[in-house]
Amino acid sequence: MKHHQSEDQKDHKVEGHQRIDIASLRANKSTAEPGPLEVSLEVKNLNLYYDNDKQALYDVNLTIPKNHVTAFIGPSGCGKSTLLRSINRMNDLVDGCRIEGEILLDGENVYGPGVEITDLRRRVGMVFQKPNPFPKSIYENVAYGLRIQGIKRKRVIDEAVEKALIQAALWDEVKDRLNDNALGMSGGQQQRLVIARSVAIEPEVLLLDEPASALDPISTLKIEELIDSLKDDYTIVIVTHNMQQAARVSDFTAFMYLGNLIEYGNTDKLFTNPHHKQTEDYITGRYG
Amino acid sequence: MANTKAGKTNPKNRSVGQWINSGDPWIWIYAGAVSICVITVLGLLLLLGVKGFGHFWPSDILEVTYAEPVTEGQERQVLSLIGEIAESQEVSIAQLQSAGLVINEADHEEEILTRYLFKVGNRDVTSRDFMWVLRPYLSEFKFPEDLVVIERKEWGNFYGRITELKQHGITIWRANQSKGVAFDVESNDIYGRSMQRAQALQNEIERIEKGTIGDINHRFERLRLQQRRDELDYGGSLPIGHSKLAELNASRSLLDREYKALQLELAEIYREIERDTIVVETADGQSLEIPYAKVVHVLQPNKMSVVQKSITYCKLFFLFITDDPREANTEGGIFPAIFGTVMMVVLMSVMVTPCGVVAAVYLHEYAKQGLVTRLIRISVNNLAGVPSIVYGVFGLGFFVYFVGGNIDNAFFPESLPAPTFGTPGMLWASLTLALLTLPVVIVATEEGLARIPRAVREGSLALGATKAETLWKIVLPIASPAMMTGLILAVARAAGEVAPLMLVGVVKLAPSLPLDGHFPYVHLDQKFMHLGFHIYDVGFQSPNVEAARPLVYATSFLLVVIIAVLNFSAVTMRNHLREKYKLLES
Repeated sequence: MKHHQSEDQKDHKVEGHQRIDIASLRANKSTAEPGPLEVSLEVKNLNLYYDNDKQALYDVNLTIPKNHVTAFIGPSGCGKSTLLRSINRMNDLVDGCRIEGEILLDGENVYGPGVEITDLRRRVGMVFQKPNPFPKSIYENVAYGLRIQGIKRKRVIDEAVEKALIQAALWDEVKDRLNDNALGMSGGQQQRLVIARSVAIEPEVLLLDEPASALDPISTLKIEELIDSLKDDYTIVIVTHNMQQAARVSDFTAFMYLGNLIEYGNTDKLFTNPHHKQTEDYITGRYG
Repeated sequence: MANTKAGKTNPKNRSVGQWINSGDPWIWIYAGAVSICVITVLGLLLLLGVKGFGHFWPSDILEVTYAEPVTEGQERQVLSLIGEIAESQEVSIAQLQSAGLVINEADHEEEILTRYLFKVGNRDVTSRDFMWVLRPYLSEFKFPEDLVVIERKEWGNFYGRITELKQHGITIWRANQSKGVAFDVESNDIYGRSMQRAQALQNEIERIEKGTIGDINHRFERLRLQQRRDELDYGGSLPIGHSKLAELNASRSLLDREYKALQLELAEIYREIERDTIVVETADGQSLEIPYAKVVHVLQPNKMSVVQKSITYCKLFFLFITDDPREANTEGGIFPAIFGTVMMVVLMSVMVTPCGVVAAVYLHEYAKQGLVTRLIRISVNNLAGVPSIVYGVFGLGFFVYFVGGNIDNAFFPESLPAPTFGTPGMLWASLTLALLTLPVVIVATEEGLARIPRAVREGSLALGATKAETLWKIVLPIASPAMMTGLILAVARAAGEVAPLMLVGVVKLAPSLPLDGHFPYVHLDQKFMHLGFHIYDVGFQSPNVEAARPLVYATSFLLVVIIAVLNFSAVTMRNHLREKYKLLES
């Protein structure tokens, strides 16, 4: 019942020319599926509303493959960050936010009744736009997630911290000053520290919300290299404004516009031969 | 060159409008406001310091002849005075004449005369400590080296000469002016030995009276309460022959014996301490005998070098801050007041911080933001504006009479009708002040919580931390500098508060400190002394206002210093925390 209602609302709000695109996207749904890969996340008929039933996502469907990098691109306000934050339920923190539909993580709905939100977030790590290290030492930043889990043995934590920092390509830079305040590091280092912090608790999925947008080009490059090296161990979903970045780092790309998923597919294919005019317009820089 | 020229000519050619728009007048106004603040603060401290701390300087003793200008119908007297000049003033002749003094204007060249406030001491002899003297009527200024000032435990200072030293009423040393034998504090062995002996005996008396006898009294009181408790359990007075009563009486008689023995010992010491006396002579030749037991110290300032005076100054100042008050607070030290102030502020901080922080956390983190929370916030802010005396009344009515009264009924029925907690005391004073300063802590903490970037909270939550874990491990530590800010403001307000304290626990003179060696060591039910109230009491309730005035200034200065010290320590802690939890500007 609810589902129908929301579709009615959507039809009210969405403008004419978009409706056609959605229809065509639905028609091509099978082509948007990225081949016979192991599935990590599956978004099914996701509708999301903020205050006063202002709809932010319209019936989004997509499948995110395991151990690959999937990028969400689109102009500001298109809902790509909202979609990302729905995956680890960060939107639950927003007052008045309502979600319909399902997101399956390894086949289990993250919005299901038996799901412990903290367990979910341990399995789905997240890195934000601005580096947000805690005002603690570098070591304590990385150890935080482990301590939260109740791990107390120093040796276990030591090993996990070292491993995470190595994975985040930060170990060589900080191994001699693990007890320094993390806020004394450069922005790029901080962002890698935040990635190390997420990696330390060994999640399955890593969500990156414009992780390099606040960084200089060299730091950005390092983060991109890091993403590439991390994808062997983690499923990575990245939101980015920067199309070159999406083209460089991702295996699959989803283009979103005004809360709709317009096109989703293999990155190379999407950038060289987009199915939809809107996608083409956006990636060629005609709007957005 | 060209540049400087342009710079010089430009301002002259500018119109007033341009000058105002340039912002220069504002800079002048800002700077002026800041200077006024700085000057006010420094001026205040300087005034308090100079007026208060001059008191401890052993100033020279003047011997002078004063031909008193008389009032109508009185006979002219020539007085010989010994004392020190405490203050000087300019007065017009007309003013003096209207006060009834016969002053012949022809005798004076100026219309304005200088008059001194002369501290003559010897209150027991002359019945006044101070007198005003007019400069032109003074003659024969002398600063003889043998003059002494004796600070006594009663009757204030004595100014004059020491003529004899006695033991058992027999003179064993005598000054002889014709032979040039005069008293000297430093070299007179008899005085030194007697003084030492008296001090040792005095310490012994204090040890017995405050220590041992205090202890015995304490045990007596406990026995009395025990009996009362037994009676309450029994439901009436215990019958003669009851085992408990016999037990009580046995321990009581044991204590009694101990007490009697101590009293005998004490009486002996009191007899001993009266053995040695000092015979002194006032300016007008009256003789007086002062027992060593009543002497605090003897000084001969006219003999002292600046270094010696400085040492004495430090000693006197040290005595002032470590000693108990004497003579209705006008003499002696202010240690109990300092102790009471600090202890109360510390207790208040311990109570207000957790309470305020918890309230702020609830308001900011958990409560649903809406009309109710807004109303609560408004009420909290308004609480900060309620006059403090109102808190005092509330504290008296609610804490003392209601809460305290119920505590007494429930836990201390044996001491009723004498109240234990149902009377003003340390606990209620601290609680009242905690209530008074609660809004400050809540508001400051809430602001601190609001300033924490969302990203930091989300970072913790995204790692699988619960809201409570995020709060305790991330949010509260980062907000701790803000809590300290609240605490600093609270301390600053609480330490200077006097009005409510008068209702809920501060007294003019507390017999003992609220912290001592008797179980349970911290006596929160006791009344205590407070610097703020002490200032009021010494300055306005004292029988000897002139003598006490320097103490008012000195005590005020110390109060300011203590508040500053408390604040600085809190500020240091806050800066330390800020350094630790500083966040990148976001």
